[in-house]
Amino acid sequence: MNFKAVTILTKALPIILFQKYNSEISLLIRVKDLLLSLFILKKSILYQFSLLTAISGVDYYDTKYRFNITYELLSLTYNARVRLKIFLNEMEAIPSSVEVFKNANWWEREVWDLYGIFFSNHPDLRRILTDYGFEGHPMRKDFPVYGYLEVFYDDVHKRIAMEPIELSQEYRVFSFDTPW
Amino acid sequence: MLKKKDLVNELRNFTVNFGPQHPAAHGVLRLVLELNGEIVKKADPHIGLLHRGTEKLIEYKTYLQALPYFDRLDYVSMMSQEHTFSLAIEKLCNFKIPRRAQAIRVLFLEITRILNHLLAVGCHAMDVGAMTPFLWAFEEREKLMEFYERVSGARMHAAYIRPGGVSVDLPLKFLDDVYYFATKFIIRLNEIEEMLTNNRIWKERLVNIGIVDYKKAIEWGFSGVMLRGSGIPWDLRKTQPCEIYPELDFYIPVGNNGDCYDRYIIRIEEMRESISIIKQVLNILQPGPIKYYHKGQVPSRLESKVSMEGVIHHFKYFTENLRIPTGETYTCTEAPKGEFGVYLIANNTEHPYRCKIKAPGFGHLQALEEMTKGHMIADVVTIIGTQDIVFGEIDR
Repeated sequence: MNFKAVTILTKALPIILFQKYNSEISLLIRVKDLLLSLFILKKSILYQFSLLTAISGVDYYDTKYRFNITYELLSLTYNARVRLKIFLNEMEAIPSSVEVFKNANWWEREVWDLYGIFFSNHPDLRRILTDYGFEGHPMRKDFPVYGYLEVFYDDVHKRIAMEPIELSQEYRVFSFDTPW
Repeated sequence: MLKKKDLVNELRNFTVNFGPQHPAAHGVLRLVLELNGEIVKKADPHIGLLHRGTEKLIEYKTYLQALPYFDRLDYVSMMSQEHTFSLAIEKLCNFKIPRRAQAIRVLFLEITRILNHLLAVGCHAMDVGAMTPFLWAFEEREKLMEFYERVSGARMHAAYIRPGGVSVDLPLKFLDDVYYFATKFIIRLNEIEEMLTNNRIWKERLVNIGIVDYKKAIEWGFSGVMLRGSGIPWDLRKTQPCEIYPELDFYIPVGNNGDCYDRYIIRIEEMRESISIIKQVLNILQPGPIKYYHKGQVPSRLESKVSMEGVIHHFKYFTENLRIPTGETYTCTEAPKGEFGVYLIANNTEHPYRCKIKAPGFGHLQALEEMTKGHMIADVVTIIGTQDIVFGEIDR
């Protein structure tokens, strides 16, 4: 995206923060402006970000607005990418963007599954990646890597069984920040 | 009183559970199909049976330890995924990759593309009913995996492309064998095409099946062959090139109708293009360094034997690896299946804060319902085959 297009963009959209990483543009917007911004970016003749690449969640667990949701958009016409970011806390729900981008469906299901962020007006908000009957949202930073349950084959009952996990040794994460 | 209209039974569609152990489900796809006779009314893919929590695990590993997870995502196009992850790290650290390393990377990316497309076409043909091309394709794949083995020691999960270059230089006489393969492979490809391209049964099963027009393809966020099959000339090797792709001369096959047959033809043509790229790279390859040497890079064998500093660097590289300054990037490359992206957030520690993996198959599979609707149940197999689905990357 060239400089002029970016300048117009900042005027057209209610952007809170404009970030630039190397040559990647990222726009921070409010939750209430999300659908409108996506729609403008998709339909405006100047941008034509008509392809939604991915939606990803990030968990900044120690900040006030805990979750960050990122929308990666791609414009085939202008060969440009833009990243839309919103921050929200645990209690907030976020409007589903399925009406604007059809393929947001599964990506939003994934974010719901892994982070527990609720998307209102989503047509089919089920878990997608985790097991049937799974509890909790595994990509949150306060969910342990080893999980809560362990699965094994119960030879007595001849079936798969689950039990709370027992570790003989605490899981250790080595950080080299301050060795002494 | 009982009225006549109460007696009319309501017709209910027949629900079939397809997979997860069906061989045509390409792994562990569970598909709940609602059928009216043989016509598919609804298809609900249940994924996640191969979910290993790769993204979560990566957050607890150093950058180098996270690299082999990428081999195991899409386990038929291994190196192109390591490459994307390495590119993301290089972007965050501003590494400059030496030319020889770039050329080697491109060489292996194209080998990987052939590896993937051979499996895609071969297994697609087997699902549809032709056994022979599958056997031929796997023989060729074996040769390609031998190339993998010769540079990395592993047939599949190579971990060869590393942040900053490639792990070791090419072995002796390696390029001779690649050239020999490149000259012979075209014949094998012709044989596969002879079996399929004008085959009446193959055409009846593929032509006008699973049509996606270009508007639909964009709406569903397709990439790679699925997008090109619908007539959109979009290839990240051309539009957002990396490494030495701008210097190479190749063209992008594009489909007309957006049906399964077009996508099959595109895969075959892409293999031919890959062979041509491999030959060009063989001419470009010059001796030179294969790594970007800096303080955080692993020192050479000699250096770690003779210098104390080398020993320290060696130790630091394999325990702590890189400490990447705060930043984020979405890096994507043209993997054989489509756009493979890595959204990497670094926070100035040795672990990635977040590593989102954008798998092309995930986007394609969610369009399965729309593509199969109104087709026969046998066409579901064709459409799964043409989407080139591998569950390692979809379930992550």
